[in-house]
Amino acid sequence: MADLINLTIDGVALAVPKGMLIVDAAKTIEKDIPVFCYHPKLKPVGLCRMCLVEVGTPKIDPATKQIVKDEAGATVIAWQPKLTTACTTPVSEGMSVRTQSKPVIDAREDVLEFLLTSHPLDCPVCDKGGECPLQNLTLAHGPAVSRYDYADKQHNDKHAPLGDLMFIDRERCIQCARCIRFQDDIADDHVLQFHNRGRAEEVITFSTPGFDSYFGGNTSDICPVGALTTADFRFKGRPWELKTAASVCGHCAVGCNTALNTRLNTRTGVREIKRVMPRQNEQVNEIWLCDKGRYGHHFTHAANRLTHPLIRKDGALQEATWESALQLISDKLKTVPGQKVVGVIGDRLATEDAWLFGRLMTDVIGAAPAFVSPRTASAYADVARAAGLGADADFKALGKGDVIVVVNGDVEEQAPVWFLRLRQAVVDRGAKLIVAHHRSTKMHRYAAGIARFAPGAAAQWVAGQPAELAALKDARNAVIVFGDEKLSGHNARALAQSLAHALAEAGHADKPNSGLVPLYPHGNTQGVCDAVDPSRGAMPESADVAWLAGVGDPADAPRAGFTIVSELFLTPLAAAADVVLPAAAPAEREGSYTSGDLRAQRFWPAHPAHGESRPDWWAFQEVARRMGKDWSFGGPEAIFAALAAAHPAYNGLSYAGLAAVKPQWPMVGRAEVNFGGTVYDNTAGLGARTARVPVGGAAEAPVEPTLADLTRPEPALYRAGDLIRHSAVLAGRLV
Amino acid sequence: MAKHLLLRDLDIPNIREIEVYQANDGYAAWHKAVTTMKGEDVLGIVKDAGLRGRGGAGFPAGLKWSFIPKDVFPKYVVVNGDESEPGTFKDHQLIRGNPHQVIEGTALCAFAIGSNLAYIYLRGEFSEPGKALEKALDEAYAKGMLGKNLFGTNYSLDIRVHYGAGAYICGEESALLESLEGRIGQPRLKPPFPATNGLYNKPTVINNVETLANVPLIVHNGAAWYKAMGTEKSTGVKLFSVSGHVKNPGNYELELGKFSIQDLLDMAGGSSTGRPIKAVLPAGSSSPIIPAANFGAKLDYESMGTIGSVLGSCSFIFMDDSVNMVWAARKMIRFFKHESCGKCTPCREGTNWALKLYNKMLSGEGGKADIDLIADVNKQIIGKCFCPLGEFATSSMTFTLKHFKQDYIDFVEKKMGGSPEFLAELARDAHATHGGH
Ligand SMILES: Cc1cc2nc3c(=O)[nH]c(=O)nc-3n(C[C@H](O)[C@H](O)[C@H](O)COP(=O)(O)O)c2cc1C
Ligand code: SF4
Ligand code: SF4
Ligand code: SF4
Ligand code: FES
Repeated sequence: MADLINLTIDGVALAVPKGMLIVDAAKTIEKDIPVFCYHPKLKPVGLCRMCLVEVGTPKIDPATKQIVKDEAGATVIAWQPKLTTACTTPVSEGMSVRTQSKPVIDAREDVLEFLLTSHPLDCPVCDKGGECPLQNLTLAHGPAVSRYDYADKQHNDKHAPLGDLMFIDRERCIQCARCIRFQDDIADDHVLQFHNRGRAEEVITFSTPGFDSYFGGNTSDICPVGALTTADFRFKGRPWELKTAASVCGHCAVGCNTALNTRLNTRTGVREIKRVMPRQNEQVNEIWLCDKGRYGHHFTHAANRLTHPLIRKDGALQEATWESALQLISDKLKTVPGQKVVGVIGDRLATEDAWLFGRLMTDVIGAAPAFVSPRTASAYADVARAAGLGADADFKALGKGDVIVVVNGDVEEQAPVWFLRLRQAVVDRGAKLIVAHHRSTKMHRYAAGIARFAPGAAAQWVAGQPAELAALKDARNAVIVFGDEKLSGHNARALAQSLAHALAEAGHADKPNSGLVPLYPHGNTQGVCDAVDPSRGAMPESADVAWLAGVGDPADAPRAGFTIVSELFLTPLAAAADVVLPAAAPAEREGSYTSGDLRAQRFWPAHPAHGESRPDWWAFQEVARRMGKDWSFGGPEAIFAALAAAHPAYNGLSYAGLAAVKPQWPMVGRAEVNFGGTVYDNTAGLGARTARVPVGGAAEAPVEPTLADLTRPEPALYRAGDLIRHSAVLAGRLV
Repeated sequence: MAKHLLLRDLDIPNIREIEVYQANDGYAAWHKAVTTMKGEDVLGIVKDAGLRGRGGAGFPAGLKWSFIPKDVFPKYVVVNGDESEPGTFKDHQLIRGNPHQVIEGTALCAFAIGSNLAYIYLRGEFSEPGKALEKALDEAYAKGMLGKNLFGTNYSLDIRVHYGAGAYICGEESALLESLEGRIGQPRLKPPFPATNGLYNKPTVINNVETLANVPLIVHNGAAWYKAMGTEKSTGVKLFSVSGHVKNPGNYELELGKFSIQDLLDMAGGSSTGRPIKAVLPAGSSSPIIPAANFGAKLDYESMGTIGSVLGSCSFIFMDDSVNMVWAARKMIRFFKHESCGKCTPCREGTNWALKLYNKMLSGEGGKADIDLIADVNKQIIGKCFCPLGEFATSSMTFTLKHFKQDYIDFVEKKMGGSPEFLAELARDAHATHGGH
């Protein structure tokens, strides 16, 4: 434990770690000192002057250098003549702070009145209204009448685009610089700046495209007024009309905790997602989201979602009932030998879907091989499961003495929020970063060591025992993040194996905050692979029956006499199928994902399923029942319990355990948007870490990359063809 | 009048040329320091001499230099030539008339703290003195006074000139550093201070042009010689920029503590209008105004404090009794509203509001309630600003209200607002500031 400092705030004695700022110390005893510019995730700047407090320190006798005591023996406090900003002043031993005295209250009222002289006070039409720090603090400290002549108000642009994703209302901006500082200090995309001075000071963007950052949406959350609105949410709803469901982003392996805000469209009677907000999980996404996670939700309500099962009749797919579709499937499956059936499941489905899918293939149909798509990622998930991050893993604990190696991966493009967190481990806390890649990535900016290899030759590079990896030896903790760019499944597996070997060699195999971190393509690659234990053999050329559940890549589908597709959309594979089952989207159901750093996390339904779509696990169970299996899982919770009983990585875990929460710092949340922004506190569950499971088999040697490997496009956050193409707001960013 | 020590261009023609400067002991101290002295010896002499900063705050220069950590490299010297305080034009004359003395002082400072690179930051409008300075630097390089391995030693020094974009706040040292680094000119949070975390986060000495112009004399003639001038706590000579209603405006070089404000007024020929002088702003618009009754105060840091004002940058703007203080205060508030960097709320919003209120007074729409509101707005700014600029802004209101409240009352009661001159002035200002910016 760090050194503790004793102080009193409004007469309450407390002890907090050395170096803590007064504003944070007060927060620990739930005394909210009003702030605008301060944010617990940003470096303090002390510019809004809202947090002024009275500060005193023990009076020192100049002659004796001793602390002066009064007759009663109590320490005499020397109060500073001027008010002090609580957000820039660290606590000191014996300090006394007044947050409620007359001068302090007066100062708050003074500063607030000043801010309001330039504020339009258009709360009734402001998106922030209802969750606005300025509005809340005005109610608490603001003047009842305006002494400022309304005719003197300066009028500025109210709908200025900062690029295509964000708008700024220049009248509402209170120049707190939170947005600029987020971009500079956290995202390291220096695309915002103040322009002009005095009352004319305004936030501008100077990148092309405007506000060019994958993280811009976060500035809307931490903006203390309604100045920054996202192109996605602006004018889409008032905060008090929104319902909230806890969810987990499925767009990448980070598994950011989200809050899905939905609003009832009274015209259509449909409850729709209006925005995706961060839900605090300090070990996963802290309070951030990337813009793909924030804006990539529109597929859920896309007009062309499948609404009914489809059965091919007379050469064309035609709407059918679930009953007829399920019966047709089970009848078909009963007529073919198990070995002639192939199951392929996509890595976007929930772990529970995958577990039942796997059992359906092996226990019900019998001996049917099950594959996971994408095949490349599924080729090394067991290696990652064996050598992944340990029980206490937290990127926030990485710092001086620790080594982070990124091999063949582009962390910002593939796992954006990990980029933020790993960057801070390096830049702010002194971890050593080594980057090995065939091209440049943003991570290269912070690297202490850089290695290059030919495209597709990552595993060969590791096999050559490069000098750069010698740093692993002296590391306190070692985290190796790797990607499968330009690699075949075989070579990606060889890379994972050689990296796991390097970690073990350097003595990190059993450490709780060391391990391999794969940059999987989606949010549940690990969970689906855990549950299915995918076949690594070659995909059969042909089969009698193929069941493709959420498979995006046609290359991952065998040719079959009869094809079943479970899907959200009429994809090319679905369009060619014999039976198509409409799947419920993640926001419409319960389930869990396991992130790339081995954390299992639950998500909850935000609104009813579209049309007649149903969760995939339900369809799998219904088919199994029609084939004589007595499955009666009431829902994902029961399925997860079965998985937990059977799978060593999940032993001992339960849905109740995944829903557990504990206090987090900084304290943020709905009731008090002032301190942390409009981010949601986590009341639904922080998830739980899953265990390493040893893997057998000898290490495989990498082979020469093929032309197909080398011509595969490099990973990009906004690579189209994904679900995100349904988000019109991202149209300008797709690649 | 004794020969000038700083404004030597008044005594010696063409001292801006290096040959002339050298013929008058120029660069002798520099040569002696680099070839025979240690950095700490130079520092010791300056400390001993009691030289205080001439940029406004009067902080002892030698003490400031001694804060520079020895073991952190590189270190920088930054010369503050922003000189933006209204009524201040002393650095301008030094740079233009006697540039080598500024360069030599800068060089000695760099040598004293072990720096190899100094920047002279000039306000953007100083293109003409800047040319003189750049020419002088070229000469100094050509003569081997600057550059690599000076006088055959292993000490090297470069001095570069950098022009700001013309903002008052860029005279504040940390905003100056921001500007020098290429960012928007706004002050930094302190601590840390520039001595440890200055330019590019490295140890940095920032001194005013005039402060450093004293250094060659001190090193050449010794601390005792310098200390013999001035008072115990305000040693040496000081430049005073005199303007306003005086017959002979200009820069005056005086020994500190020997003369009074009245003496200075007399030296400047007294009132130019024949009307009695009503008050003086001793440090431009950022200083507490001094009514004529207090003109007996001596010109040194301590004496000015005893009459509730400051020596500051020594820019004395004299005003005769035709000046109404509401008008004068508005002029200053308009300046501060225009120059507020915008970083902190009280200064950004407070000066904006105050100007609106003064405009209301001038337009003839102001009433007694507006005088109270001005006082309130002023009080709301005081003590809450991020940097001194905002606090400076309040002194124009605080002290005109304190010493000349009657002017405000007269203004309302005698309906002085709304006159054609005032209306024309308001219209002119509105135009000049792009609709209120
Ligand atoms: C708003 C503001 C404006 C200032 N302007 C100047 C200036 O124009 N020139 C200057 O030398 N110092 C100016 N200063 C003082 C500098 O911050 C700094 O104290 C000075 O340059 C230090 O040099 P000195 O110790 O030699 O005086 C200003 C300070 C403030 C707060
Ligand atoms: S846009 Fe918002 S976050 Fe950015 S400076 Fe303005 S008020 Fe602050
Ligand atoms: S970082 Fe990944 S998990 Fe997080 S919001 Fe972005 S895409 Fe979703
Ligand atoms: S007081 Fe505030 S707004 Fe004014 S110049 Fe200083 S930092 Fe900028
Ligand atoms: S100055 Fe402390 S919160 Fe803004």
